[in-house]
Amino acid sequence: MTETRIPPAPTPDPSTQKFWDAARQGTLLIGRNSKTGKTHYPPRPVCPFDDEGEVEYVAAKGTGTIYSFSIMRAKVPYAIAYVELDEGPRMMTNIIGTPFESIRIGQKVKLQFQPTADDGAPVPMFTPA
Amino acid sequence: MSIRGKACIVGAYEHPTRKAEDKSVAQLHAEVALGALRDAGLTRADVDGYFCAGDAPGMGPLSMADYIGLNRLTHYDSTDVGGCSYLMHVAHAAEAIAMGKCKVALITLAGRPRSEGVATGTAPRPGDPRQPDVQFEFPFGPAIANMYAMCAQRHMYEYGTTSEQLAWIKVAASHHAQHNEHAMLRKVVTVEDVVNSPLVADPLHRLDCCVISDGGGALVVTSPEIARTLKRPIVNIRGTGEAIKHVDGGRIDLTYTGARYAGARAFEMAGVKPADIKYASIYDSFTITVLMQLEDLGFCEKGQGGKFVSDGNLIAGVGKLPFNTDGGGLCNNHPANRGGITKVIEAVRQLRGEAHPAVQVKNCDLAVAHGTGGSLGTRHGSATLVLERG
Repeated sequence: MTETRIPPAPTPDPSTQKFWDAARQGTLLIGRNSKTGKTHYPPRPVCPFDDEGEVEYVAAKGTGTIYSFSIMRAKVPYAIAYVELDEGPRMMTNIIGTPFESIRIGQKVKLQFQPTADDGAPVPMFTPA
Repeated sequence: MSIRGKACIVGAYEHPTRKAEDKSVAQLHAEVALGALRDAGLTRADVDGYFCAGDAPGMGPLSMADYIGLNRLTHYDSTDVGGCSYLMHVAHAAEAIAMGKCKVALITLAGRPRSEGVATGTAPRPGDPRQPDVQFEFPFGPAIANMYAMCAQRHMYEYGTTSEQLAWIKVAASHHAQHNEHAMLRKVVTVEDVVNSPLVADPLHRLDCCVISDGGGALVVTSPEIARTLKRPIVNIRGTGEAIKHVDGGRIDLTYTGARYAGARAFEMAGVKPADIKYASIYDSFTITVLMQLEDLGFCEKGQGGKFVSDGNLIAGVGKLPFNTDGGGLCNNHPANRGGITKVIEAVRQLRGEAHPAVQVKNCDLAVAHGTGGSLGTRHGSATLVLERG
């Protein structure tokens, strides 16, 4: 059994508390413009794309594909990645639950929240679908 | 108003140290400041413009102006976007000189990450929690090496770029560094040496990474009128360009850099094309950094960087585009983890005809210096200078 990296806890702020509360319920929130429907990540109260419309926080399906990745050859190695959600946004994450050598760009993956250090909010990681 | 031809680089100095256990960061700033002024034939009393970035301890230029003893400043600026800040400082100094805000501008960089034992590329740094991206990125362990590695991985996937092609970039840098007595790594390496070195972050190997070094550098920028009164060869600032590229709400594309925009702006101002360039200083934190920026600056088609850098095409006297003839960040020096100023310094040496004879480009009348600051894997600044022999 190889050692697994324990991620440091995220540091919520007043604008992201909703995101991390949802994470504790197992839900990944993304931002969506109420007028244009365009989604963004990380979600923020002011839409990064359009001046009009309000940002709604909506639950992502939790499925996507690996856009890129790298195995960090640290003391406890880990796989960092960008996953492209089926809703569109690419998000930084880790790929877990699979041998490093099996990870491929284009691979289908699904959401799996992982606990963080010091009882922090869980963070969204991905594992092969 | 264009700043083309409105300012010149007249002083350039690279600190010879690569390990400065017995010096302070402020001291290094002062030493490089005097080095560049001496090179220009000027003194502190001539300096009325000062530029520094986040490597300078203190609030903006305040502590450094105090420590170095700059008493006649009418203009100062502390634009900080990491490693390419100093290329932007050259552009901003040219703008300030063109606007009459100062006449003689000094730019300094210094740091000692090697003596301080900083694990620059491999240890994720937490950053300020108020930085809005930190909570969405830091938990996943973004070090510098694995972010650039993701760019390489995607570039390989889309364009078929190989580790051997990336290795050629290090090989070229090492061929140049063998002639630089101050370079940290002077041993000539082969493609096999690079691809057989340990993986740091797949697909980047240890020899795909730049050095961690102490030291610094400084530049002096002034008006053409003052430049003509000095004894040193003149280097004209012919074109400048800046850009920023970021995660774009989750639409990040890892296969290109802000050089696409910064380079186009600089070439347009200069009225020249990449094919006109005799020498290129290209920011080289990693081999992949060079490959992507060469494509984005227009030295080859997008996706053809792997072929372009292969077979010694970047080696002086061998290939079509001699690059980083001091050995670059990959072999010579990456002071303060910021390689921007050394890019300008080697371009100045080439345009003056003062590079090492073994790597001096013949009739070098037009050069590019290009830098990146921040991370190609998330958000970064880009800055391009087109420089010409006066």
